[in-house]
Amino acid sequence: MSHFAALVVYAFFASIVFGITQRTESKSMIRFGATCFVAFVAAAIVVSWGMFLLKH
Amino acid sequence: MTTTTTVPVRQSAVSPTLVLVAGWLVPGLGHVLVKKPIRAALLFVSIVSMFFLGMMMHGKVYSATNGDMLDLLGFVGEMGSPLLYVIAHAASMGGQVLTDTISDYGSKFAVVAGLLNVMAAVDAQSLANGRKESL
Repeated sequence: MSHFAALVVYAFFASIVFGITQRTESKSMIRFGATCFVAFVAAAIVVSWGMFLLKH
Repeated sequence: MTTTTTVPVRQSAVSPTLVLVAGWLVPGLGHVLVKKPIRAALLFVSIVSMFFLGMMMHGKVYSATNGDMLDLLGFVGEMGSPLLYVIAHAASMGGQVLTDTISDYGSKFAVVAGLLNVMAAVDAQSLANGRKESL
């Protein structure tokens, strides 16, 4: 499993649990879960580029 | 001037403490007891998949007995889902030492799966005692 695949799998499962536990209505659960997923992946990409630029 | 406070109304016939313990022991069982089967199934699949993917990535099954503080923290995290921890321990799954980056990721998967299970169990308890609205 590549590092990015591991990140996506982690973000997917964690977002499902966050969505269910942090919201009350089904629609808002899906919206919040999707937001968490995008935030996880986007944050990881931004931090990865940050570390890359720091090193080079 | 008067202030109004909202008092949670218990919404489940099952004891909230029982729901909490059941959800902690088996991922999703708390939600089954408060009659939320779809949420229960999603939680079960997510937490179990995450834990065992961690084991397949040779994540470490932490022990509380070797005196290392970081191992103790990992043990506490993985014990967020005791059933999965016991299964992994009994079947000698995962690795004993972290050999590479992926096995480190695997350990994090297992620890986070345990912590997410605690969140799910508390959520089920909140549904049972009325602290969280049941829609």
